[in-house]
Amino acid sequence: MLYTDDAYTPYEAEIVEFIKEHHDIFTIRLKFTDPELDSKYFFRPGQFNMIYLYGIGEVAISIVNDRNHQQGRFEHTIQVVGRITKGMMKLQTGDKVGIRGPFGTSWPMNEAKGKDVIIVTGGLGNAPLVAATEEVLKNRNQYGKLRVLHGIRSSDLLIYDDMYTRWNNSPETKVYMATSNADPVDNGKWTWGKGYVTNFIPELSVDYANSIVMTVGPEPMMIGVAKAFIAAGVKPENVYVSIERSMKCAIGHCGHCQLGSQFICKDGAVYPYPACEHLLEVKGL
Amino acid sequence: MSHYYFLPHQRIDDMLNQLQGDGYKCVAPRHHESEINYDTITKSADLPWGFHDEQAPGHYKVNKSDHKHAFGFVLPTTSVKPMLFKAKENIWKVARNDEGKLAFEPIVEFEKIAVFGVRPCDLRGIEIQDRVFMENSYNDVRYVKRRENQFLIAMNCTKSHSNCFCVALGDAPQADKGFDLAMTEIEGDGFVVEIGSDKGRALLDALDLEAASGGQAQKALAKIAYAVDGQKKTLPPIKEVETKLMANLEHPQWDDVASRCLSCGSCTQVCPTCFCHTERDEPNVLGTETHHTREWDSCFSIDHSYTHGDTYREDPKYRYRQWLTHKFSTWRDQFRTKGCVGCGRCVTWCPVKIDVVDEINAICK
Repeated sequence: MLYTDDAYTPYEAEIVEFIKEHHDIFTIRLKFTDPELDSKYFFRPGQFNMIYLYGIGEVAISIVNDRNHQQGRFEHTIQVVGRITKGMMKLQTGDKVGIRGPFGTSWPMNEAKGKDVIIVTGGLGNAPLVAATEEVLKNRNQYGKLRVLHGIRSSDLLIYDDMYTRWNNSPETKVYMATSNADPVDNGKWTWGKGYVTNFIPELSVDYANSIVMTVGPEPMMIGVAKAFIAAGVKPENVYVSIERSMKCAIGHCGHCQLGSQFICKDGAVYPYPACEHLLEVKGL
Repeated sequence: MSHYYFLPHQRIDDMLNQLQGDGYKCVAPRHHESEINYDTITKSADLPWGFHDEQAPGHYKVNKSDHKHAFGFVLPTTSVKPMLFKAKENIWKVARNDEGKLAFEPIVEFEKIAVFGVRPCDLRGIEIQDRVFMENSYNDVRYVKRRENQFLIAMNCTKSHSNCFCVALGDAPQADKGFDLAMTEIEGDGFVVEIGSDKGRALLDALDLEAASGGQAQKALAKIAYAVDGQKKTLPPIKEVETKLMANLEHPQWDDVASRCLSCGSCTQVCPTCFCHTERDEPNVLGTETHHTREWDSCFSIDHSYTHGDTYREDPKYRYRQWLTHKFSTWRDQFRTKGCVGCGRCVTWCPVKIDVVDEINAICK
């Protein structure tokens, strides 16, 4: 966290690159305009920033590691859902936004050392786990096998295509991808699998008793993933999820992200599954 | 030397003058139209002499009598909260120039305020909000500045209204900490005063007050005991409430209360401890400057749980359950304290007379 005076006020950042990923999904690459802030800024895989769009407001978005590993740059992949993200879709290179962050807990990169690492994502849940995946690849000898599982509704929704190919060609790493839509629309170009991510469990050839699972997706999917991998032999405390709730302040003051005893913004968003299992299973909590 | 001093009614103005001379704006409960609420005062005559309040579920009324007391009422309609955590305020602004460059600037406004007459429950409300805004991972600089510039004169209760339940929570209608001075009014006479800080001692030294007599001190304690006896509501021990509520998330009482609750959020607006807020931009028409505002929100509003296209607490049952379990259970996990002070405002201002104590008892029995 950068701030000493006021945790509510953002800092100016500039869009250095705008990448259109899909008709309603885009990635912005950013740097702070203040060089000192830029040099101090540091985040851990799994953390998020509050991004402010002039005249509209702020939204909490996870930090995607820079795909080219450039220092002093950070990326956010954003899907158009509401007013603020719709406005952000119109941003261009050189435009200015506000940034507060980073906030929240991070993926257990230390706990994962010496273990096989299984990354399981659904939809745009892959964005918050790019940094963790890259972290494993950068320190390849400290981790066991790496398995990246990604589920999407249909093949045209795939983003980060080149990245998945690069990962799949990395040592001791394999990517498994599935569309739940049985009939992909790409006329045979789809070379990945079909069905649900959990279908891959029998073929991952990892040591489940010594594996760590990190998963992001819709809540029912994360619950299903956690249960399936625990059933396959992963220790419950080695399954990590990242929970999403509305956030206005990101500093535990606004009350919107409360889930039982937790404020997701500062106690999460990354949790060991046993710490939040009971909270996720109560409807309307 | 006695622990207690005595401020005769005739010398209230001396105290107010002293505070004003020290740069404080004095705020106290005032009678205005049909309510008694905090407002700026400059002199003793501004206090609500002779007024008292009637409070019951969904009922509030102010009456006048010939009694010679300034604090014959029980509780102002709102707590001290709006002086520290404002209902709506600009928290920062950003200027945008022709090139689109953004210049952010925090807005931190505060003034020296002396609150003359804070009930013990509202004092505890401040202590609870301190944990949210200034004893947390991140502080709110606005709240911190206002707290640092606040002078608190507590006013112990000499009676309770029928919605009061601080005693049922294990507290008492007597200030125990967090004040500069604490006073207890003796009708027709004045206030027995206790010192709670160096700031408080300096004020009393400047006034050169006499020590309270043994009789006055005893009378003050008897008045507080009368306020304790005036409370009839009971609850199980708070630890039991905290455990049982979270163990009964599917209790049929949640449906029952949801059939009566209007989700209006009145309870949250009068609560001394509720801190939920939302933020929004208010840009000027030229597109050159935006004010970013922070405004009270309520967990009873349907938008409160809206996330990425989903509303987690669409059913009013879940919203009432969120409010009650937060106040009386999960608050402890988050802030190492309970989230309720027993002031009873949520009961008084509920348009359909829902009594939170009855709801807790129905679930925890």
